[in-house]
Amino acid sequence: MLSPLHKQLLNDYQHDFPLSARPYQDIAEQLGVSEAAVLAAFNELNDNGFISRIGPVIPPNHIGVSALVAMAVPEAQLQAVADKISAYPEVNHNYEREHRLNLWFVVIANDTEHLHAVIKSIEQDTAFPAMLLPMLDDFFIDLGFKLELNHA
Amino acid sequence: MLDDIDRQIIQATQTGLPLTPQPYQAIAEALGLSADELMARLTAMQNDGIIRRIGAVPNHYKLGYRFNGMTVWNIPDEFIDELGQKVGQLDFVSHCYHRPRHPPEWLYNLFAMVHGKSQQAVDAQIQQIAELLGDYNLGCDVLYSSKILKKTGFRSRDVISQKSP
Repeated sequence: MLSPLHKQLLNDYQHDFPLSARPYQDIAEQLGVSEAAVLAAFNELNDNGFISRIGPVIPPNHIGVSALVAMAVPEAQLQAVADKISAYPEVNHNYEREHRLNLWFVVIANDTEHLHAVIKSIEQDTAFPAMLLPMLDDFFIDLGFKLELNHA
Repeated sequence: MLDDIDRQIIQATQTGLPLTPQPYQAIAEALGLSADELMARLTAMQNDGIIRRIGAVPNHYKLGYRFNGMTVWNIPDEFIDELGQKVGQLDFVSHCYHRPRHPPEWLYNLFAMVHGKSQQAVDAQIQQIAELLGDYNLGCDVLYSSKILKKTGFRSRDVISQKSP
């Protein structure tokens, strides 16, 4: 179960995590608890998988280039094709989605040339055409995701 | 622009800051820097927009947001900037991008990821986007993920190790 402290840490520190010598101590002072309590609560959130990490978040295409790619793969071959694609270190998300285009993955590479080489290689390995959907514009204003944690 | 030290800092922090009283000091030591230099570089990268934010990264699925839909919309190109920004500001939208069409098969040029704790919640969110777009919505679809086949964090290793500016 999430305590009130867990919920505060989850909702209030998705951004503006202190850049200071003792950030957990600063949070503790802001919340009126001890540094040890903040560290313990973050450890619990981490151990239970409620947070994946604390750290800098890098928007897409600021380091290297990336593209979303969609493929239509017959259901019987999907797992085998997905496994081949997931094996590429340049692929960091790979989802099956309910659509004729049923395989969706993200390729991240050094530069455009590397990106296209990886996609060409994936097309040759799998024998399915890849539909490239690079980001043209990012409209997201990232203020963190407002979580409703009453029943979490 | 980023130098090699900046790239090393990004790489060293992508698995998370350590949960110890002086996390920046620990990372700085591992990289042979002072904590002050590390923090100054993180601040500079944040000011330059290289780093969007520093904070706890919640795992939506684990927190009960089990219903995630990739909503896709066909918006007239001349209105995509204005409408994309409006959709991107909705608090249940976690990503909102303009992507190219591939006619005739794929006419959708606006992608918005939505997250909810129930199918009903997600349906209501999609309805809210549709109302916001009104007559500018020339067609839409929602693609639910039936299976996560691979998900890793930001993989900077290959990008960083192979390239120096």
